[in-house]
Amino acid sequence: MTSAVDTPAALVLEDGRIYTGTSFGAAGTTFGEAVFATGMTGYQETLTDPSYRRQVVVATAPQIGNTGWVEQDSESAAIQVAGLVIRDLSPAPSSWRATGTLPDQMIAEGIVGISGVDTRALTRHLRTAGAMRCGIFAGAAVSAAADMVQAVRQTPMMAGANLAGEVSTTEPYTVPAEGPSRFTVAAIDLGIKANTPRSFARRGITTIVLPSTTTMSDIEKLDLDGVFLSNGPGDPATADTAVALTRQILTHRIPLFGICFGNQILGRALGFGTYKLKFGHRGINQPVVDRATGAILITSQNHGFAVDFPATASAVVDTEFGRVRVGFSSLNDGVVEGLTCLDAPAFSVQFHPEASGGPHDAAYLFDRFIALMQTKAENS
Amino acid sequence: MPRRTDLAHILVIGSGPIVIGQACEFDYSGTQACRVLRAEGLRVSLINSNPATIMTDPEFADATYIEPITAEFVEKVIIDQARLGFPVDAILATLGGQTALNTAIALDKAGVLVRHNVELIGADIPAIQRGEDRQIFKDIVREIGGDVPDSAVCHSMAEVRATVDRLGLPVVIRPSFTMGGLGSGMAYTSEDLERLGSVGLAASPVHEVLIEESVLGWKEYELELMRDSADNAVVVCSIENIDPMGVHTGDSMTVAPALTLTDREYQDMRDLGLKVLRAVGVATGGCNIQFAVNPVDGRMIVIEMNPRVSRSSALASKATGFPIAKIAAKLAIGYTLDEIPNDITRATPAAFEPTLDYVVVKVPRFAFEKFPGADTTLTTTMKSVGEAMSIGRSFAEAFGKALRSMETKNLGFWTTEDPAGDTVDGLLAAAAIPTDGRIFLVERALRMGATVAQAHEATGIDPWFLDQIVLIQSVGDDVQQSPELDATQLRRAKRFGLSDLQIARRRELGGDTALATEEAVRELRHRLGVRPVFKTVDTCAAEFEATTPYHYSAYETDAAAESEVSPQTERPKVIILGSGPNRIGQGIEFDYSCVHAAMALRDAGFETVMINCNPETVSTDYDTSDRLYFEPLTAEDVLEVIAAEQISGTVAGVIVTLGGQTPLKLAGILEDAGVPMLGTSPDAIDLAEDRGRFGELLTSARLPAPAFGTAVSFAEARAVAADIGYPVLVRPSYVLGGRGMEIVYDEVSLADYISRATEITPDHPVLVDRFLDDAIEIDVDALCDGSEVYLGGVMEHIEEAGIHSGDSACVLPPITLSRNDIEKVREYTESIALGGKVVGLLNVQYAMKDETLYVLEANPRASRTVPFSSKATGVQLAKAAARIMTGSSIAELRAEGMLTAVGDAGTLPIGAPVAVKEAVLPFHRFRRADGTGVDTLLGPEMRSTGEVMGIDAAFGPAFAKSQAGSYGSLPTSGTVFVSVANKDKRTMVFPIKRLADLGFTVVATTGTAEMLRRNGIEVRVMRKHFEGPNNIVDAIRAGEIDLIINTPYGQSGPRVDGYEIRTAAVATDIPCITTVAGANAAIQGIEALIRHGVGVASLQSHQARLHEAITATTAAASDG
Repeated sequence: MTSAVDTPAALVLEDGRIYTGTSFGAAGTTFGEAVFATGMTGYQETLTDPSYRRQVVVATAPQIGNTGWVEQDSESAAIQVAGLVIRDLSPAPSSWRATGTLPDQMIAEGIVGISGVDTRALTRHLRTAGAMRCGIFAGAAVSAAADMVQAVRQTPMMAGANLAGEVSTTEPYTVPAEGPSRFTVAAIDLGIKANTPRSFARRGITTIVLPSTTTMSDIEKLDLDGVFLSNGPGDPATADTAVALTRQILTHRIPLFGICFGNQILGRALGFGTYKLKFGHRGINQPVVDRATGAILITSQNHGFAVDFPATASAVVDTEFGRVRVGFSSLNDGVVEGLTCLDAPAFSVQFHPEASGGPHDAAYLFDRFIALMQTKAENS
Repeated sequence: MPRRTDLAHILVIGSGPIVIGQACEFDYSGTQACRVLRAEGLRVSLINSNPATIMTDPEFADATYIEPITAEFVEKVIIDQARLGFPVDAILATLGGQTALNTAIALDKAGVLVRHNVELIGADIPAIQRGEDRQIFKDIVREIGGDVPDSAVCHSMAEVRATVDRLGLPVVIRPSFTMGGLGSGMAYTSEDLERLGSVGLAASPVHEVLIEESVLGWKEYELELMRDSADNAVVVCSIENIDPMGVHTGDSMTVAPALTLTDREYQDMRDLGLKVLRAVGVATGGCNIQFAVNPVDGRMIVIEMNPRVSRSSALASKATGFPIAKIAAKLAIGYTLDEIPNDITRATPAAFEPTLDYVVVKVPRFAFEKFPGADTTLTTTMKSVGEAMSIGRSFAEAFGKALRSMETKNLGFWTTEDPAGDTVDGLLAAAAIPTDGRIFLVERALRMGATVAQAHEATGIDPWFLDQIVLIQSVGDDVQQSPELDATQLRRAKRFGLSDLQIARRRELGGDTALATEEAVRELRHRLGVRPVFKTVDTCAAEFEATTPYHYSAYETDAAAESEVSPQTERPKVIILGSGPNRIGQGIEFDYSCVHAAMALRDAGFETVMINCNPETVSTDYDTSDRLYFEPLTAEDVLEVIAAEQISGTVAGVIVTLGGQTPLKLAGILEDAGVPMLGTSPDAIDLAEDRGRFGELLTSARLPAPAFGTAVSFAEARAVAADIGYPVLVRPSYVLGGRGMEIVYDEVSLADYISRATEITPDHPVLVDRFLDDAIEIDVDALCDGSEVYLGGVMEHIEEAGIHSGDSACVLPPITLSRNDIEKVREYTESIALGGKVVGLLNVQYAMKDETLYVLEANPRASRTVPFSSKATGVQLAKAAARIMTGSSIAELRAEGMLTAVGDAGTLPIGAPVAVKEAVLPFHRFRRADGTGVDTLLGPEMRSTGEVMGIDAAFGPAFAKSQAGSYGSLPTSGTVFVSVANKDKRTMVFPIKRLADLGFTVVATTGTAEMLRRNGIEVRVMRKHFEGPNNIVDAIRAGEIDLIINTPYGQSGPRVDGYEIRTAAVATDIPCITTVAGANAAIQGIEALIRHGVGVASLQSHQARLHEAITATTAAASDG
């Protein structure tokens, strides 16, 4: 960690702004959508969260890498982000569980990072200008500013990106319940995090994780009590397959629970639109109100798109699947953070009850889903 | 849920005098609470005995009672308010520290709450008990699935021993219901156990201690949580202690947020914290929970919780921008978190968890040098007297800033010479024991080749922090070794928190004489354009726009780095320099003056800018000034803020005379840098501080001063002393709080003093003054606008000269001075103020002996007594001073109503209330290494941490209140023990006779008893300590004595005879009077208590009566 071996790097935004720093992790070039994440813990969970696919994450927490790399804390099998922008990298990690260091892991997985950036200035810029495409150019890849900006502008936009296929499992797999299995849930993997099936398992639920291409006939072959729509990256407007599947599940009155991308899918299935937020909600301190109880939850969030509810948040809207209301909304900006069907056994939330990283305040929603399955089981 | 409509009148309980473990953070929280409640349209009454607080300013409450904080007085306040037609609906006790909480419990127990139909809001009694009773608390933690250290609650030494047989040593001893860990400690041996066990049992008001499994060396964390009445709860801040378990968190260096936890571990801690909060049942408001984590396997245990706003809450508020006390007050009256807006973003609610994009470091400030012989080992009993906080964009940057905020000799690493003879093993062994400055031992050990693993093994400090120190060292090495410093290297050094001084020191070590001074480095740095940017504390890591200019500096290497100081060109700016970390001699009183300046100047149309680094204070509340910079008060850091503000707009000037010695020291440097200075000029400041120049001023004005001289060697000192005659007062030049000051009665003691005062150089001579035995000391606060002088307060000390003015009780208006005496005081003060070209505040100390008024010293700055004078006279002196410094005249301020239209504190009418200030001393906090107490005898070196005020229509009750507020009520019956020096025997006869007449039983040592008997007083003789068993010390310990009058024998040496008596008195909380004057005052107080009892009255009513009296006198004068 001395100046002698520092390799220069540059973060280049599509609007032409350039932030300079030092290369860490893998050398080379990477492109993606620049988004900031405000969690003070959980950099590893963020890096391995499939929802961050094709995004270059800017960590607002100024010291990153403090606890190294802990194998058991990854939310998927690989680092998912396109790149990482930080202010300061810890030279040596400290944790009794650490199995490696952050930069070593990034090198092993070929992930490009840049440190030494005034990440606060960058965040303030993204807050005003909105999320945008960017590139990290490290070491020999640093070239003339105009060339780098040009290269960034040639990369695809996030709006319209269909990424669920990229991150989804190709083969179904089962995560067994801890102890006796009470119910079985099919989880449609649009970019699922490891802690979701783990959260089900802890509650005595068996989870069958299915690829994003799953059809209704695939589902009908399984002996299921409910369907779960996972989080995931990309623009919900491109997720026609998942939306079509969701409409069939609603028709069949199978208990349904969606989170994050899954919330947007349910919204579209109900006939609502979705839209891209200016700079998204990405942090683990996001307050939402459970409109059914008035309780405030501090939640983990990571979304650039949101559901466009066609009425005020307190209204009940009629859809072809019955009445629907906003189940949760953001206390910061009023964005729809969840939908509840009043006439169908389905609900979804925009935030992450499985957390990891982030607070566990919303974990009770898994129990709410189980209650839906319970009711269904009792009635049939 | 909107605010409750059934509450109209709230009584807020403050925290009383500043003591170790309970400092100005509770003024900060209480002030916020009062503001919030009044803004909600509620009537607010307040009780707090501490006059140096902002919360006791009359405009912060409808009725402000500066009265002792006891259940008895709180009930009197409730009755007084009801009598005036304002029945109290509820009491808010969770913002006044342990004092307020204990008072709430006492009120409940005494049936006061039920009797007057008053509700306790913010916490209920069972919840307080669940949080504070260690066994109940542990059971709760276990019930919700948490882990706690194995332990047992004990009520006797037999139980203590039995528990340790089971747990093994070491163990932690924690008395129940004490604050700041008072009486607690770690026992490694059975001797430790016997000593600490009995001390702990005695310290606990319920005679109960917890004996606990040791978690020494584990990682230590704290969470600050809040909960509302709808059961919403958030974690405001996580804090990690750099010093591991075993050191009280108040004495630990700490960092926020926690830096060495993964998300999993942090979330588990958060879950557990929320469960504890709910299970204990903190109804609404804040609480603090401490955790220990085993660094080997991650086992996490819950240590304790404070079901109230705490010192850590103040730190967390300043660290995050989330105003815990303000929100707690709103929650207490019924609001929920989502209904309260976040002040900083305005757009988002308070129902969220702040996220930081910077690192905060807090470092404690100690005062062991004031208590010779005290054990300096840091334990679970808090011993620090203050703290500084710093903010940086990395740990290294914040850490460097925090260390240089301390204003100790070590202004960060490498700024003092390494002691000779260090070895790695020696340093590691020394660092294994936690002490003040341990981190410097650790740094030296690492520098000399110790590995991070070795340092971790020795200290338990997490390797992450040790590794950061290694990193800072490598940056320092680069600075030292590079042939020339370029912008890149300088920027990198600054980014890792190195000050210009540290860089200079490293260049000097590398042989670069051109860059060997701080100034040279600064000049180079400015030439190369290496300047800090200023970032904003915004609670949300820039996610939302911040509207509050709460800034800190940082160095960035990124070419696109950004500074966030916004332009402001409409109003001229006044920059006020605060007073830094609290220490003995420079505490809350100076912050009070700085805050008043900010208020007055904002009202007068200036933009006010505050610079300070003390997280406990009101001045570092982002609401106090228009702009707040949380920065060290060093020349470097202050100059950078001034530069940033000069870019933002027009700086009218900088105020350095309100924050005590800290900003005053910078006056010359700032002026040399071309900064416009407000108020008394740096040259005039120097005039007062330079003995020679000041002596010339006195001579030319024909003002007598005690003969004096200066000396740079023993020979010179001996000559000076021989010339002016013993006793002499000796001290180093340029000090505050009487540091190193002693009264010396003969040549042997003089030689001893000089040999101990190691830092005597021609630049730092020793001052030798004639000491005026038995003189009356007078303290004066005055204002001067360059042509007129206004006496702000004339205070007569109750103890004779020789006891530091900060430790001496005093009374305003003076009770034994004649009009002529006061006119002489005025005349002298005018000569000094005008001759010394004072613009603003001036404090002068006089001694009156045999009709001669001697000038002892003058300080052209705000003094410690400004708040007391202001409260006692109803005139806000610091506000007036700020206005004078920005160009207003005394005449204008009189016309405006800020000063009295006619007259001043020198012309207070008969009928003016009498106010007594009493100092509060921290002796019970300190022990010698062998466990015995430190001596409590007062002297010329200041040792008090705080003060209380007693105010009433006459001296007796005012004095009685000052004692009740500081040490406990004076007794009205019982046994008085008397043992006085020969010189005092004559003057003691009448006072003792009076006590006997009042019904006290008198016991005395043989000599004193003989004298008293001859004077017809019935006396029982009691053995001295060294005369065998059943002696006076045994009697004190057995609770047979209610009052002690013990004036010290002899006039030299450590005066040990009374030591055992005085320390026993401290240990058992029995009033112990050590001067004749003090005895007389106490007797007046006792008489007042016996005759009429003591009533209460609000400051507002006292001031209204004073106003009436002044008007009446003026009218009478004009009639005549």
